[in-house]
Amino acid sequence: MIKLKTGSNTWAANNLRNSVRLMGWNAAWVASMALAAFGPKLMWNYDTLLTILSVLINLGIGFAMVLANRRYLRGLDELHQKIFLDAAVLTLGVGLVCGLSYELLEDIKLIPFQPEISHLVILMCLTFLTGMIVGHRKYR
Amino acid sequence: MKNRLKVLRAERDWTQAQLATELEVSRQTVNAIEKGKFDPSLPLAFKVARLFDMAIEDIFQYATES
Repeated sequence: MIKLKTGSNTWAANNLRNSVRLMGWNAAWVASMALAAFGPKLMWNYDTLLTILSVLINLGIGFAMVLANRRYLRGLDELHQKIFLDAAVLTLGVGLVCGLSYELLEDIKLIPFQPEISHLVILMCLTFLTGMIVGHRKYR
Repeated sequence: MKNRLKVLRAERDWTQAQLATELEVSRQTVNAIEKGKFDPSLPLAFKVARLFDMAIEDIFQYATES
């Protein structure tokens, strides 16, 4: 009779560690983005060197976050990788198609205001969230 | 693809969580494979076969639509 492992699940523990690491990088990126956005006006009165530095820090942390996201994805099991990638593909498609159409709306004078990148980011976040929920329900 | 994972697991009195730990996947993945909603990759299928000490084709059968 084959004896199964008992005790902790190392795969789950690694997965949790990757999730926490990704969350940390996300929080750091948001904080560095806030620093780069509000720092020049509120903290150092548009000092060029400090502004450039804050933008570079934001970019550096952003790339580290991307790498943490890749590590998180690679640590998932194959079903969860599939769910994640399906949601990511959907997000990329929706972001590209809707982003370009949104930009076009202003060009062809169908909307009176300048398209905001934040609207696209919100749409992409909601699309990814929906894709993840649908994927998890599909394989429940 | 059809499989006998649920039967084999039940014969050994293992839970989905125990099998998932052994295969280093989530319980949801084991459940999805058992229900035929998700086909495992070849490496995972080999892992399952090795765990049950059986040939892959004795666990997983390719089923064409009728």
